[in-house]
Amino acid sequence: MAEFLIKNGFVIDPTQKINGDIADIAIKDDKIVEKAGPGAKIIDAKGKVVMAGGVDVHAHVAGPKVNIGRTMRPEDKLFKSPHAQENYRMEMGFSIPSTFKTGYDYARMGYAFVMEAAMPPLHSPHVHEEIHDTPIIDEGALPVFANNWFVMEYLKNGEIENSAAYCAWLLSATKGYGIKLVNPGGTAAWAWGLNCLTIHDPVPYYDITPAEIITGLIKTNEYLGLPHSVHIHQNSLGVPGNYAVTLESLKLAEGVKARNKFNRDQVMHSTHIQFHSYGGDSWGNFESKAKDVMDYVNSHKNITVDLGCVTLDETTTMTADGPFEHHLNHLNHLKWANTDVELETAAGVVPYVYDKDIKVCGIQWAIGLELALYAKDPSRTFITTDHPNAGPFTRYPRVIKWLMSKNAREETLNTFKHCSKVVDATDIQSIDSEMSLYNIAEMTRSGPAKALGLSHMYGGLGSGLDANVAVFDLNINDMPDDPQKIEDAFLRASWFIKSGQIVVKDGEITNHGNKRTVWVNAKVKENPQVTRDIHDKFLKNYTVGIDNYSVRDYLAPNPYVINVDVEA
Amino acid sequence: MPKLITQVGCPYCGASCDDIEVLVSDDGKKILETRNACVIGNEIFHHVSNPDRPKRPRQRQTDGTMKEISYDEAIDFTAKTLIKAKKPLIYGFGSTNCEGMSAVARVAEKAGAVLDNCASICHGPSFLAIFDNGYPSCTLGEVKNRADVVIFWGCNPMHAHPRHTSRYSIFPRGFFTNKGQMQRTVISVDPRETDTAKLADIHLMIRQGHDYDLFDAFRTVLRGYDIPAEVAGIKKEQILEAAEKMKKARFVMIFFGMGCTHTDGRNHNIDAAISLTRDLNSITKASIMAMRGHYNIAGPGQVWSWQFGFPYCIDLSKGTHAHMNPGETSSIDLAMRDEVDCFVNVGTDAGAHFPIEAVKHLKKHPFITVDPNICMASEIADLHIPVRVVGVEEPGVVYRMDNVPIQFKKVIDGPEGVPSDEELFDRIYIRMCELTETEPLWIHVKEHAKASSSQVE
Repeated sequence: MAEFLIKNGFVIDPTQKINGDIADIAIKDDKIVEKAGPGAKIIDAKGKVVMAGGVDVHAHVAGPKVNIGRTMRPEDKLFKSPHAQENYRMEMGFSIPSTFKTGYDYARMGYAFVMEAAMPPLHSPHVHEEIHDTPIIDEGALPVFANNWFVMEYLKNGEIENSAAYCAWLLSATKGYGIKLVNPGGTAAWAWGLNCLTIHDPVPYYDITPAEIITGLIKTNEYLGLPHSVHIHQNSLGVPGNYAVTLESLKLAEGVKARNKFNRDQVMHSTHIQFHSYGGDSWGNFESKAKDVMDYVNSHKNITVDLGCVTLDETTTMTADGPFEHHLNHLNHLKWANTDVELETAAGVVPYVYDKDIKVCGIQWAIGLELALYAKDPSRTFITTDHPNAGPFTRYPRVIKWLMSKNAREETLNTFKHCSKVVDATDIQSIDSEMSLYNIAEMTRSGPAKALGLSHMYGGLGSGLDANVAVFDLNINDMPDDPQKIEDAFLRASWFIKSGQIVVKDGEITNHGNKRTVWVNAKVKENPQVTRDIHDKFLKNYTVGIDNYSVRDYLAPNPYVINVDVEA
Repeated sequence: MPKLITQVGCPYCGASCDDIEVLVSDDGKKILETRNACVIGNEIFHHVSNPDRPKRPRQRQTDGTMKEISYDEAIDFTAKTLIKAKKPLIYGFGSTNCEGMSAVARVAEKAGAVLDNCASICHGPSFLAIFDNGYPSCTLGEVKNRADVVIFWGCNPMHAHPRHTSRYSIFPRGFFTNKGQMQRTVISVDPRETDTAKLADIHLMIRQGHDYDLFDAFRTVLRGYDIPAEVAGIKKEQILEAAEKMKKARFVMIFFGMGCTHTDGRNHNIDAAISLTRDLNSITKASIMAMRGHYNIAGPGQVWSWQFGFPYCIDLSKGTHAHMNPGETSSIDLAMRDEVDCFVNVGTDAGAHFPIEAVKHLKKHPFITVDPNICMASEIADLHIPVRVVGVEEPGVVYRMDNVPIQFKKVIDGPEGVPSDEELFDRIYIRMCELTETEPLWIHVKEHAKASSSQVE
């Protein structure tokens, strides 16, 4: 380890309300410090922007559904794997890159932490094998809970304490980070080929509603006091008119206060909100309801959202929302993979082409950007593409370009075949605002770090935080006229220091770094009923032995464990 | 006191049972007894104590005899051979863990080799169909807990996967299937009256090579159209009866095996099977699964998909990117065209499984076998390197036929000085780096963390 002094850059750090002041950032070992010693290596950032390492709150980067996507889509590699750095591992794939490419590309974009958004508990060893093979970036993974037999049974009976004991056990068994909900109840219904399209549709057999599952898991999460809030993919994703379901689900968080020691304020993180902000009642009169949704989010401070911006690419959709993927497959008739997971969840994968010349795709693109532009508090609104669902993560810089430049939006909009129809169904053309670099830092750094309960490690440049510092070739006082240069700058950092090591220089990988797996160990008092239930289900219903279920330590060889002591 | 180790994974077939109990001698060196395993699984556990088992590498001499050499010499020979070869082929992996596959992948990338696994000669056609049509599947617990119509098409689990029917597919009492076999309709599609067919409620004795016709007939009937009086040797009434069962089912499960992938039609059969599954999902719930042969033959498809984006037939010889084109980059085709100049057989027996013409071509060049046991590939090899037996002497992750990762244990120590596949290939990699004066490329700071935590848990 060494000392660094990043000199004379335009520092942008919302955690300290610093917006482009010229300052030096000092690093000692793996932490940011007040002052560097005389022997520190100097990195000249003059005329460049200095930000904390990026934090991705939601991306599908590791695990069984990502990998079936890779397996079944050889075409995603063909002529789409251009980057080969000598002496590094091969980098294959575009929308679902190999693990090596995933790590390298995130690092090139100056990202320090990425949250794998949906881990099927039974497959958690697989998720950790892939995380192990993803270099440089720190990662965590959210196990899915909202269609789990244990959870549904406990919540049906109103047993929050038991639900909490089970969730705590599963987090430690899977080395997971927090509580993810995907199409609550709907995925469980999918095991019989059904779905729950509103939050009041009862789940077959379990006779519990999605609303009860959501409310119960919010209570469970705050009972445990986890670093992150519940992280919800709502019911009725991708369906015209679903904004009503979205607002109804968001209302379930009303009046609930965050209870945790991790500086987290929200009690619900609603993910890829773009897919949930649709008006109309068919694809014919499909329209944006971004304003309605963001008006609600703006006035409720205990909610955070991420965007899920459509980037107009050929990509691969994948989600634990099994019934949705089946539905999507009936729309585009391409290949379809599905995996129903015993007692826990399901997943589906369908390739998808967001064609700029299809009206609906154009409207989806506009909705994603509108949501950000309507946000009153960018530090509660995070940039994602729900990678790879609405587009690959390597398009974040393009999303940033669109958000920072009205011209860039116009330029894209004008290429659409159905430009006027897209304009009619959205507000995108009438929105003149352009976001600042400070806003971008809020949406990609300080905001998501705080929402994940990781603001003590990531998202800022204050002393004591992890030494993750990215330098981008942008002059805050003289921003380029050509918005493309903004995208280029964010795609390839000039420098990226991760955990105190230079891992990227001039957009090229220089080091494999020191990646960590971040997981949460919530300690609850012993609960004999839950222990008995777990053993009973492993005996009778699972096909894997309980001994062989929990992820063994060697699969996460460099862990960072966040211990949570639950006060009953 | 002998020690009983429970929930042990079995390194035999794709059912990857992990409920084996193994009684180990006092000193932890010998397996005394196994419980729950099938006859073949039992044999695998006892085979490790076979006194004739090789414990040192053996290299062929100019006079044709084999001579024991040290591991360092074997590693040096392998590293040099791989560096020298223009297009080595590294093939196998049905019987090792994912850690080993990952270590081999790094070596293959360094060597510019072609990396292929046994799917190339068994479920390769299934992959081709999956590339075209997807894979609507589920875990085996879903079959156990829900399936009320189970179809075995071109597979015979009673022999090939002896405990499949009792653990997952026919007999077990699941959550929504608490009457077990009584609640399930079993349909066997097979030209022969196999032991699985004898168990079935409906046996469709299909005319060999006409699987596609029958899949198509089912799809036609399910979509409400008429079919001829006889299709693929099966009477229309029987087809209608089976189709009706599928339609009325709550959960249809289709298992298919080599009888489907290696008969006329090949990948097109699987394509039709997947389409049938898709069709059924508009009527009820349905899933499909390949009956993968070995306990971890699903593993290389997983590991290499996340590392290179392709499950098999991976040509790394271009250096900048991986290339897959079965037919061009598949093992048998490469061998038949005499396109490879070095062959490394890992955890399988290409000597027994490949066509003789392919083996003859491979034998013109250095032929290295890495396998715990004597097999045909070891006996014709220029170098045989024995390794520890995964699941018995070496723990690790394996992927069951439903792609569920199972963390196998080890139950006894391996023979002294004998490395695991992972250790062996990491040492080969380091030697290759030394010889080429390059820096080894470890993704992880603690790449060998496993070594310290590999004790029995």
